[in-house]
Amino acid sequence: MRVNLTVNGRPQQADDVWEGESLLYVLRERLGLPGSKNACEQGECGSCTVRLDGVPVCACLVAAGQAEGREVVTVEGLGEGELSAVQRAFIDAGAVQCGFCTPGLLVAADELLEHNPQPSDADIREALSGNLCRCTGYEKILDAVRLAAARRGEAG
Amino acid sequence: MDFLRPAGWAEALAAKAEHPTAVPIAGGTDVMVEINFDHRRPDRLLDLNRIGELYTWETDGPEVRLGAAVPYTRIMHELRSELPGLALAAHTVGSPQIRNRGSVGGNLGAASPAGDCHPALLAAGATVEAESVRGTRLIPVEEFYTGVKRNALAPDELIRAIRIQRATGPQQFAKVGTRNAMVIAVCAFAMALHPGERTVRTGIGSAAPTPVRARTAEDFLTAELRDGGYWESGRPLEPSLAAEFGRLAAGACNPIDDVRGSAAYRRHAVGVLARRTLAWVWAEHTTGEENHRCA
Ligand SMILES: Cc1cc2nc3c(=O)[nH]c(=O)nc-3n(C[C@H](O)[C@H](O)[C@H](O)COP(=O)(O)OP(=O)(O)OC[C@H]3O[C@@H](n4cnc5c(N)ncnc54)[C@H](O)[C@@H]3O)c2cc1C
Ligand code: FES
Ligand code: FES
Repeated sequence: MRVNLTVNGRPQQADDVWEGESLLYVLRERLGLPGSKNACEQGECGSCTVRLDGVPVCACLVAAGQAEGREVVTVEGLGEGELSAVQRAFIDAGAVQCGFCTPGLLVAADELLEHNPQPSDADIREALSGNLCRCTGYEKILDAVRLAAARRGEAG
Repeated sequence: MDFLRPAGWAEALAAKAEHPTAVPIAGGTDVMVEINFDHRRPDRLLDLNRIGELYTWETDGPEVRLGAAVPYTRIMHELRSELPGLALAAHTVGSPQIRNRGSVGGNLGAASPAGDCHPALLAAGATVEAESVRGTRLIPVEEFYTGVKRNALAPDELIRAIRIQRATGPQQFAKVGTRNAMVIAVCAFAMALHPGERTVRTGIGSAAPTPVRARTAEDFLTAELRDGGYWESGRPLEPSLAAEFGRLAAGACNPIDDVRGSAAYRRHAVGVLARRTLAWVWAEHTTGEENHRCA
């Protein structure tokens, strides 16, 4: 089947989509957007987190056909041309090691700060509780989100 | 495979009547895992995402009529006062990403004994509104679970809504697992006081082939609260009363040993959760202060 959707603000069309295929597969394999990672395909790791009509979801658990006509934002859509505040903060805080979890965490953290510009540590932990990282031990990730929030506050 | 995308409820019912083997997909948090892992190859998927009614609720009457596909995140935030037990249970499901998609209708459709909605629905009092082109059936939630991952839906039926009694007293939900996120319950317990009727109701998850109520424990506590004049006096519960309630709740379990826990542990833990949630709801009932601790 054919699926029409908007990805990072641009209308996209995917052809020959198998009906049981996930949105993640469409993004990575059909639309050339490999930023969203595929690690578990069962909703456990969050490395495939994208926003579907603004809401963070696991792209591996959205059927491609369910995305028809919807708006998707992937990690590629966070910083157009330059790094977004959250991306910058992840680098500056040393929150990236192997990087596999990073795209999902960035999308989740970006959404958190959009709704809650000054999150408490509990808020950050809760917002990122669906994203696993096997490298960093999470401390630097928490630092990065705090840093992004602080910089936004200063800028804002 | 075929992908059916009905634009409205009537169209969805017609599609399900025409293709009874079509697998409905709402949040997809159960269905897509099965497809990704090749555990299931349905000939058709029936997408419910475009059916607006399934994403709304009505709170006018004594019951909340909750659309089958309303995601957990909205229940947590927007139905907290009407459905406190379900809102607490919803908050323990998976992760934010899962709660943004997963729904009570999907939890009922999957009918896993570990589904977190079930104990809360049993304790609150709920009816499943199942509909087909033949008409509507109201199925008491107790009768909805027919076996491990089996439910009372006919092949041509879809869940339109869940009718849940609006809370008139404190409700609690507690779940045992290895961490606070992304945990399938080792066991779970829900507790609801119904001060109007002067009854209590309970629900147990993950400790029997289906979710169950601890009826003997409910009857015992309902009688003790009545005969002991507790509703009038609002005095603290005798420790022996709470202990017996816990013992009877544990007795309602029929658990198995599996990777998540042994049968003996589950039985013990349900007894502890029953006592603990009873203490919380009674404290809230008598002081008006809600408990926000997690179990
Ligand atoms: C990472 C992860 C963590 C999870 N954690 C938990 C947890 O902590 N607690 C818990 O209880 N569950 C958990 N789950 C399971 C799942 O999220 C829940 O069961 C959820 O409620 C399913 O809802 P859904 O809308 O996504 O269902 P779907 O996957 O869309 O559907 C589930 C089943 O219900 C049927 N169905 C859906 N809607 C209807 C309808 N309206 N009428 C008839 N049939 C219908 C489908 O055909 C399917 O059989 C988890 C899943 C994942 C992937
Ligand atoms: S790949 Fe989707 S959650 Fe792991
Ligand atoms: S940096 Fe390697 S998984 Fe997080």
